[in-house]
Amino acid sequence: MNTQTATTDEYRVCNTTGLNIFRKAEWFVKANAVLAVIFLLVGAVAALLLALTRWSNVMLLSDVWYYRMLTVHGVNMLVFWIIFLEMAILYFASTTLLNTRLFSKKLAYVSLVLMTIGAIATNYIMFAGQADVLLTSYPPLEAHPLFYLGIILFAVGALIVCFNFFATLYIAKKNKTYEGSMPLVTFGAATAAIIAVVALVHGAIALVPTFFWSMGWTEMMDPGVYRLFWWGLGHHSQQINVAAMVAVWYFIATMSTGAKPLNETVCRAAFILYILFINLAAAHHLLVDPGFSAEWKMWNTSYAMYLAVLASMIHGYTVPASMEVAMRRKGFNKGIFGWFARLPWKDPGFSAVALSAIIFGFIGGITGVTLGTEQINIMAHNTLRIPGHFHATVVGGTSLAFMGLCYYVVPLIFQKDFYLKGLARIQPWIFGGGIVIMSLGMSFAGTYGVPRRTYDSDFSGATLETGFDPVAHIMLGILGIGGILAFIGLLLFILLVVAAVFFGPSLKGKKMPTWQTPEAQKMTDDLISRGYEEEGKDYKHIKTPGTVVLVLIFLLSFAIYYFANWAALADLWHIR
Amino acid sequence: MSIFHPKGNWFRAPTGSERMWVGLALVWCLVMSITMPWWHFQGKQNAPSETYEVDPAAFMERVNQFVDAHQVDEVNGVPIVEPPPGGDAYLMGQMWRWYPVLKLKEGQTYRIHVSSVDLQHGLSILPLNMNVHVLPGYDYVMTVTPTTSGEFNIICNEFCGIGHHLMTGRIIVES
Repeated sequence: MNTQTATTDEYRVCNTTGLNIFRKAEWFVKANAVLAVIFLLVGAVAALLLALTRWSNVMLLSDVWYYRMLTVHGVNMLVFWIIFLEMAILYFASTTLLNTRLFSKKLAYVSLVLMTIGAIATNYIMFAGQADVLLTSYPPLEAHPLFYLGIILFAVGALIVCFNFFATLYIAKKNKTYEGSMPLVTFGAATAAIIAVVALVHGAIALVPTFFWSMGWTEMMDPGVYRLFWWGLGHHSQQINVAAMVAVWYFIATMSTGAKPLNETVCRAAFILYILFINLAAAHHLLVDPGFSAEWKMWNTSYAMYLAVLASMIHGYTVPASMEVAMRRKGFNKGIFGWFARLPWKDPGFSAVALSAIIFGFIGGITGVTLGTEQINIMAHNTLRIPGHFHATVVGGTSLAFMGLCYYVVPLIFQKDFYLKGLARIQPWIFGGGIVIMSLGMSFAGTYGVPRRTYDSDFSGATLETGFDPVAHIMLGILGIGGILAFIGLLLFILLVVAAVFFGPSLKGKKMPTWQTPEAQKMTDDLISRGYEEEGKDYKHIKTPGTVVLVLIFLLSFAIYYFANWAALADLWHIR
Repeated sequence: MSIFHPKGNWFRAPTGSERMWVGLALVWCLVMSITMPWWHFQGKQNAPSETYEVDPAAFMERVNQFVDAHQVDEVNGVPIVEPPPGGDAYLMGQMWRWYPVLKLKEGQTYRIHVSSVDLQHGLSILPLNMNVHVLPGYDYVMTVTPTTSGEFNIICNEFCGIGHHLMTGRIIVES
């Protein structure tokens, strides 16, 4: 177990960052990233079909295939794509950034095999039409046992990766492979891993008994209790995504602009707030459920949860502020927003992350906190406002940030260059733009009460007729158009990445080609090379007026949306 | 340098505009935290919490008794039932209908018992866009006072099998 004397068989030195990349861990970064993209493609094809079905003038699929594809889409996107990519992040953040070998290659293989078998099994049974229960699989709705078993195997695999990650942190500390504290990106990844363990334990409590029930071994779990624990999985998983996404924000901010966290204490404290205060937030899926008292609902959504909101609001300042300082240090000091215009917008890694932060904050975050308010939830629960919210957090936020990360992973880890870089530069805008349009279409349709998870919004053929305002149907059309645009952006991403990884020019022994002008890259490299050496020397006096204006606009938008919803609520019938 | 290790003691309190923003964000979080309990006491729209355990078969029996006692008419074969103002009403979610149609009076308060006799359902009253979640085994009591009159549609907004998009109901409110 002695790793003090690393050899070149064990690692290579990155020609771009100078960091040591451990070959065994690198293989698992690649394997998990490739699997992630495969399941992303499956989920994306389903997504396009769904958007073209909810578009009420198109209604592409049959009812059976709509619900089947909805199950396929949810499971592949929210579980397989995003968790496989997070596993890749854990391998990278623990080994390369801490300059250590991986704790156990065997465990890594075991986890990879379990996760792959689980993902294939669950996909098989969904496509076989024996698990049309949607992602949440609420009992008494029952799927084939293989559906639950596949997800359980996948989750066990993910738990093993988390264990391998923590063990790697431990051996790095024990072997003193780095000085001082772990880097912020690793700290963020560790946050994600800790939340992942909590999420997966909740998942086991909900899904293992449900698997037994589907086998006929036990009684059905109480549907209300199932929801409580399932959302312990379902919502915590989103916090894994948020923590991993914010870690990626910090990573790309450094790589693309040379940004340095303004204050490590603040950034790390914000991550700790995620760990401590997010585990109660599952409650905001249960706000209009029977069986919970008003006190329970309010406690679990406000006092505790809002400290996690505080954490996101802190990151929402510290990330752009660190970029502003970096840009001002490079001399882009003109006015309040001169630095903003000179950010590396031509770098798809950067633009993806910038759009991710904007979409996550301005659309996903504001709607999420508002809709997760006990009373306001009455006019949001299970309407299209909910997917309108979470497509802005988990797709426009997390998935887009992960795409941005891939524009660095391909040259740095796979050591391959991209073709068609012009297309790569506009890809985040097409995808992000599509998601924004789709998300707004969903949200506005939802304000008319259009339900989520429903094949025919007009319920045509029902005994008692119903229907929606024509404007709601226009919104469903906007949803469809946004969905098509996002799909084009996503397909472009997959084509670019696959072409580069399998057929791209090799970058072995070379520095990563810059996405920016050589001069801009030199300024960024210069900042990165100075690292922490000049702590507190020459930039403490630099103010961040641009970021302050941005976050104040954010707070104002937040307050307007929040109180507008209370005003709308006051128009409803009285209910208690 | 979020990818490098900070050395030495990096612990320091936030300063300048960062400190201002952390403070401002905290204040905003407190405003939101206070608004919710304030509305609980002052507002007229709060999520119902009154719940009783009920066997689905027993609930269906109570629904049938309710229909027998108070039916006034029918629409498309579905009974229209007028509960006494201030009294109890029943609304059953069943694959794939909301049963029966309720006839209420504006400004009167009703205790509407909602439950499911099979899968999970989502009760959604349109065009008001008022929604609650409905579970089998749980008798969920919504204490509702209609403040507007007319015909209101009910749909199901939780997936409940292949006929989910056919599951509707109605509430008629007389002024």
